[in-house]
Amino acid sequence: MKHLLAIDELDREQIETLLERAESFAEVTRRDIKKVPTLRGQTVVTLFYESSTRTSSSFELAAKRLSADVVSVKASGSSVDKGESLKDTVETLSAYDPAAIVIRHPYAGAARMLTEWVGASVVNAGDGMHQHPSQALLDVFTLRGRLGSLEGRNIWIVGDVLHSRVARSNIEAFTMMGAKVTVCGPPTLIPRGIEATGCEVRHSLDDLEQADVVYLLRMQRERMGENFVPSIREYARLFQVNSRRLGPRQLVMHPGPVNRGIEIGSDVIDSSQSLIADQVTSGLAVRMAILYELLTRGGQDPVTSTPEDPVPIGEPA
Amino acid sequence: MNQDPQSIPGKGLPEPLVQRSGPSASMLIRQVKVLDPAAGVDGTFDLMVESGSISRMAEAGSLEAGDGMEVIEGDGLHIFPAFFDPHVHFRTPGQEYKEDLETGTRSAAAGGYAGVLAMANTAPPVSNPADVEALRHRASLEASVPVGFLATVTRGMEGRELTDMAELREVGAVGFTDDGLPIENPGIMRRALQYQAMTGGTIALHEEDPQLSAGGSMHEGEVSMGLGVRGVPSVSESVMISRDAAIAGYEGGRIQVQHLSAVESIEAVRRAKADGVQITCEVTPHHLCLTDEAVRDLDASRHKMNPPLRSEKDRQALIEALRDGTIDCIATDHAPHAAEEKQVPFEAANMGVTGLETAFSSIYTRLVLEGDLPLELLVEKLGCGGAAFDIDRFSVSEGSLANLCLVDLGAEWIVGEDGYESRSANSWCAGETLSSKVLMTLANGQVAYRLRSFSMGMA
Repeated sequence: MKHLLAIDELDREQIETLLERAESFAEVTRRDIKKVPTLRGQTVVTLFYESSTRTSSSFELAAKRLSADVVSVKASGSSVDKGESLKDTVETLSAYDPAAIVIRHPYAGAARMLTEWVGASVVNAGDGMHQHPSQALLDVFTLRGRLGSLEGRNIWIVGDVLHSRVARSNIEAFTMMGAKVTVCGPPTLIPRGIEATGCEVRHSLDDLEQADVVYLLRMQRERMGENFVPSIREYARLFQVNSRRLGPRQLVMHPGPVNRGIEIGSDVIDSSQSLIADQVTSGLAVRMAILYELLTRGGQDPVTSTPEDPVPIGEPA
Repeated sequence: MNQDPQSIPGKGLPEPLVQRSGPSASMLIRQVKVLDPAAGVDGTFDLMVESGSISRMAEAGSLEAGDGMEVIEGDGLHIFPAFFDPHVHFRTPGQEYKEDLETGTRSAAAGGYAGVLAMANTAPPVSNPADVEALRHRASLEASVPVGFLATVTRGMEGRELTDMAELREVGAVGFTDDGLPIENPGIMRRALQYQAMTGGTIALHEEDPQLSAGGSMHEGEVSMGLGVRGVPSVSESVMISRDAAIAGYEGGRIQVQHLSAVESIEAVRRAKADGVQITCEVTPHHLCLTDEAVRDLDASRHKMNPPLRSEKDRQALIEALRDGTIDCIATDHAPHAAEEKQVPFEAANMGVTGLETAFSSIYTRLVLEGDLPLELLVEKLGCGGAAFDIDRFSVSEGSLANLCLVDLGAEWIVGEDGYESRSANSWCAGETLSSKVLMTLANGQVAYRLRSFSMGMA
């Protein structure tokens, strides 16, 4: 595996391998010394053309925990603002000879374009409304931690599916891991043709009790200007998941940032049913595993290569 | 073809097409298969061109070349009447870094074309009589293939005020179009069609509802859903066709619907034709050959255009509509763009692909050889694109000006391998191996194109 661009380029076995690797990194992050020397001397560039708190910080910390040198480029305040093209920016950053470039971009396919321009491994940290594979992997990781397996589980993805790269990646990942996915939201926010992914479509929360897991998507206020929903108030009345609508054994997830009181009730966020904080924690271990897999195995045959298990700094290898 | 007598250009209008002057061709092409479906010609002949005209077309092996006359051994080759493209973008004035009249007409000639109509969405758009005069003058210096110019329907393509349509016609505007944009305001559309009754000049329409298309970069369907790319629904096109067909019918106007892409659009045109509306329409080679499945690679250079590539159901319906005559002609919508406008993320890239050099070969390879379209129909539909603008099709017959292309149906080539005659490389079939190649094109009696590797013999 050279790049991580989209979930549908992985198979279940590759996901299992990544998640097992993430388990061992999760163990590392619980130690006193949370750093391993695996990527010492290698450079990881994070290139974010959209604002991001958790994804960018998570990738940066993951790279640092692996002892890589990290260069973080944000679209604002850099030459990107001066109209430099993506290609020119990426070629400039390539002069640092990075081992990996982690990119978030407002347009679909941007990460894949990078693979044609640079020799580095490319990690898609979100491309337009297309894919956000590391989010899907950390969500599967989080759920496995709580449920053991996703096999046969009912997962409802509720909210603005139309504009969501998380939904697109997660439908694929959840389905691949054996779960049954239902998407739920007003017809204006469910993309035409989504049945082709094998998921079921609902326009009401009436049967929400069928769900083992409720995965909420952020309702973006800026969509209001385009009349995707008549009002936030009505949307919340129809689709907000709160403690009244949720059974005691159902789990709740959200990729963040949450709109308290819109798509999700405050009482749910802070309840023991919520995996939202676990998702953030998992993100670090999973992104360490992604960088590890790409940068220590890239181009090698995973069967014949013998990657070392991560060893914390300070312990004999 | 419906022809309202009122809309036939009146006396005193300039010739619709302009070409640079050059030496007239003289040659003998021996033992060549001539296929001119409209004239009912399909056989092997010796064909002599003298002073730019077809002087003799006789039994194979019966003609001798005159002194110094070039002789081409046509055995195994085909001659078709040259093609006519009513829809190209030559980017002059203002965007000559993409294309100009010299490279554009060279590209046309390389595809077997002997006549093209250039759209008016240049920078600035062709909205004033002086713009048309300047373009025609430039064409008289640079165009290797006769080219005609359309003017915009509305000033600056802003959709608010009509251009001086009568004066534009007087200086040579072949028709009118805001192509690239729809005419959003139905009131303006109606006024243009009313005025057309006086000025003539077919109005060519890029049909799309801007509200329904808003923000879309590809066909709305399963593929766009999976890619997370905002889609353009098929009905965005058909609702505008229905609207404008209704207005045209009411006013007795004459419209050409450009680049049909969807089943719903075909139905709308079919209904309008049945109702007696003076409506004709085009389809592009890429809509006949590709679907939105191709867009999965998000390669904007080859697969981003407007209207977008649609579903297989749409593609099949377009082929069927071409066969049953609902679609009148094939037009390339040749839309050159520079590499830096295409080597960007799909959603940010310019719309449009080039098509002149590959129109015949691509459809021959993908549809004729696959049995979806007879060769005769392809030749016919590539040749009749001038009809909507009252420009006669070319014919391969004794006494007519030489407007023909010599084609090797057995040749294979890789698109783009030897570069392009066009200044731009955004061909929708770049890198593909195509069967059949245009070896030579005679346009208006002149040799407009000759494949470099195509050798000749002298008598």
